[in-house]
Amino acid sequence: MPLYAALIYTKDVDWTLPEFGQETKEYNEFGQGAAAIIRGGNALYPTTTATTVRVEGGKGGDVVTSDGPYAETKEALTGFYLLDCADLDEAVSVAARIPAAWDGAVEVRPVIEF
Amino acid sequence: MSAGDALAALIRDEGTRVLATLIRVTGSIDLAEDAAQDAVVRALETWPRDGVPENPRAWLLLTARRRAIDVIRREAQRGGKERAALMFSEQTPGWTPDPEEVVADDLLRLVFTCCHPTLSLEAQVALALRTLGGLSTAEVARGLLVPEPTMAKRLTRAKQKIAQARIPYRVPPAEELPARLSGVASTVYLIFNEGYAATAGANLTRVALTVEAIRLGRLLAELMPDEPTVLGLLALMLLQDSRREARVDADGHPILLPDQDRARWDRAAIAEAIDIVGRGLRRTPDRPDAYVVQASIAACHALAPSYADTNWDAIISWYDVLLSLNDGPVVRLNRAAAIAERDGPAAGLTLVDAITGLDGYPWWHATRAELLHRLGEHGAARIAYQQAISRGMSDPQTHHLRRRLAELP
Repeated sequence: MPLYAALIYTKDVDWTLPEFGQETKEYNEFGQGAAAIIRGGNALYPTTTATTVRVEGGKGGDVVTSDGPYAETKEALTGFYLLDCADLDEAVSVAARIPAAWDGAVEVRPVIEF
Repeated sequence: MSAGDALAALIRDEGTRVLATLIRVTGSIDLAEDAAQDAVVRALETWPRDGVPENPRAWLLLTARRRAIDVIRREAQRGGKERAALMFSEQTPGWTPDPEEVVADDLLRLVFTCCHPTLSLEAQVALALRTLGGLSTAEVARGLLVPEPTMAKRLTRAKQKIAQARIPYRVPPAEELPARLSGVASTVYLIFNEGYAATAGANLTRVALTVEAIRLGRLLAELMPDEPTVLGLLALMLLQDSRREARVDADGHPILLPDQDRARWDRAAIAEAIDIVGRGLRRTPDRPDAYVVQASIAACHALAPSYADTNWDAIISWYDVLLSLNDGPVVRLNRAAAIAERDGPAAGLTLVDAITGLDGYPWWHATRAELLHRLGEHGAARIAYQQAISRGMSDPQTHHLRRRLAELP
């Protein structure tokens, strides 16, 4: 069955803080409920921990890093799942159960399987 | 309709059915479209000369099949990934015409795929016209006033999304049907409105789009004869379109409802639509359908012998029903205009002024202008006409407002 990435966009938060206990519990509940479909995924530390990497002057050139995410947006990529679904309808209905769907947004993208 | 037109219409209708089946069988919209298009072109070349085959659909399906096999062989020779090649053995079902109900199911699948909510409305409209309506990309581009390369790109992207994100080729399950159907209806109605009141450009009515939308509406009513939404939509479009001849004068300027020559309304279309509204109302369960209600309002106008003899009580009641279904500023504006007709311009203006959120909507300013005009408040009317014009309308509508503006003392 095709794989879909469900990219989670929420406020740029640190999920490890105790104040997000309720949220993490909801994610765990989703994870248990959708265990048969989830093929992978993780929560991410906030974008303050992000490093954007570029190599200047082509392959093998100078590694240049910058502090922060690739794109500064109001809502940030704070996690993702890999979902194994029959089609886009199923992927959308599963994505709609991810807490971010009502607390931010979930972007569903089909995965290329070479 | 001439014999040639009737033949072209037959080929186009059958072509859509063949396409719908081929998409299911091949699993590829692109391949199916290529093959069905090839068959349609051949039919248009040979049928007028050799006569219509005994079973037109079987002929088209067979011709399309040959083309599909050719395309697949060519791709296979080029070493392309051949997911579909295996499906094309001689035993593959779907190459002889399926029973009518299977074809109807295929068409429904195509309807719900073209109007899938994960596609942008723009993409849905383009697909509905191109794939479901059978128009060429150039025709779709012309109808929507978009450059052809832009339209080609839009269609390609939409089809890529269907293929790559795997939008399923199926009719939604019962519990999803009402929401999905309302999505289909709004796509078709958008096409109709685009043609009926071109928002920009010189033509008040782009006839081809209204014709296409009504054609799609008839197809939906044929496929889902018991769905109030579908019946209401078709009736609403027929009723609005019945006034087409009376809506513009010889110079292409708009004539508003009160001043239209009702003898020029299309009585046959009205009679058909009234019958459909009746069917829609009978099938409407406890909760009325918004399209049926709008069609009922249009029917009140269509049945009135003159503007002065319009049954405003009935129209206002229908607007009250409509507000109970979807309360919105535009519905309130239309209701206020009906109140103005029944209770006078002052009563109407009070309601119009109470509506917020329509400052960018030219018709709100135009309605205010008209009511102020009738109340003799010429200064305020002048400002309101100018505001309406500045919000941007089609050229003929702007012309009408300028004329009304010039009539102020």
